[in-house]
Amino acid sequence: MVLLTLLAVVAIAIVRQRSLVGVVILAGIYSFLMASIFLVLDAVDVALTEASVGAGISIVLLLATLHLTKTVENPPIQRNLIPLSLSLIVGAALIWGTLALPPFGTADAPIHQHVVPRYLTQTIKETNVPNAVTSVLADYRGFDTLGEATVIFTAGIGVMLLLRGRRRRPERAGEKKTGKRI
Amino acid sequence: MRPDVILRVGTKLILPFILLFALYVQFHGDFGPGGGFQAGVIAAGTVILLTITFGLESAQRVAPRALVERMVPLGVLIYAGTGVVGLLLGKNFLDYSVLSHDAAHGRELGIFLVEVGVLITVAGTMTALFYAFVERGR
Repeated sequence: MVLLTLLAVVAIAIVRQRSLVGVVILAGIYSFLMASIFLVLDAVDVALTEASVGAGISIVLLLATLHLTKTVENPPIQRNLIPLSLSLIVGAALIWGTLALPPFGTADAPIHQHVVPRYLTQTIKETNVPNAVTSVLADYRGFDTLGEATVIFTAGIGVMLLLRGRRRRPERAGEKKTGKRI
Repeated sequence: MRPDVILRVGTKLILPFILLFALYVQFHGDFGPGGGFQAGVIAAGTVILLTITFGLESAQRVAPRALVERMVPLGVLIYAGTGVVGLLLGKNFLDYSVLSHDAAHGRELGIFLVEVGVLITVAGTMTALFYAFVERGR
């Protein structure tokens, strides 16, 4: 509960912050809070991922991006009533959707009935790997993880092409910008 | 510009431990939390810390850009190649039980190979992205 309250506070602070460096740092705090929540929920693998990816590498890459662009957000030109109402409606619909979910952690929830018992009881016998998360990720659902690796590969290649290509013009623009600042 | 002495010594002290932790997360992922994805990010973190403290040149002496960029497709190929081995030996794609005489042992080996592939791709991608940003920002 304390963690969720802190999460809400950080989210509001992110919305109100105009300096993008501040936003990135607050996003790092948000990720660490999320990692703590995952830890409380006994999802250590997810917590480790959130701490290393969400709070670690993505913050570094976002700061590196800010190094290339402006670091202050432009003030909004008009009042954003339509996006606000849209997000409120979607949020309300999601909360309404959670009302029909089975209570958290119940053993007879549908998600724990289908294939989960087999994964949990057979993982050592079938794969010699005691951590069911690893065996599900890499073996039972290996196709998904292959897709994930391909996504990272594609995204990395795409960003590298964007940053490498058309070097002439953007560099000149960058020179102009630094000249103005000085 | 030479960085501060505390930064230099502190970075040198902490780097091997970060790398060791990455390897621990990688190879202990079968028994505890962790796996190729997290380990790759942590391993990329060592190169990023090296770049921040000692500059791009000394980091690229340790992890040259050509190597890092080749790691990006190499990991995916290791992953897919492990799957294709199953296909060639008469089972389904990504069925690792053919990798050894014992089905369970084969699947353990397959998980290991696949996680190594993920580690290589993730570490390579993150480091290459960071290099690209740093080089663009000069």
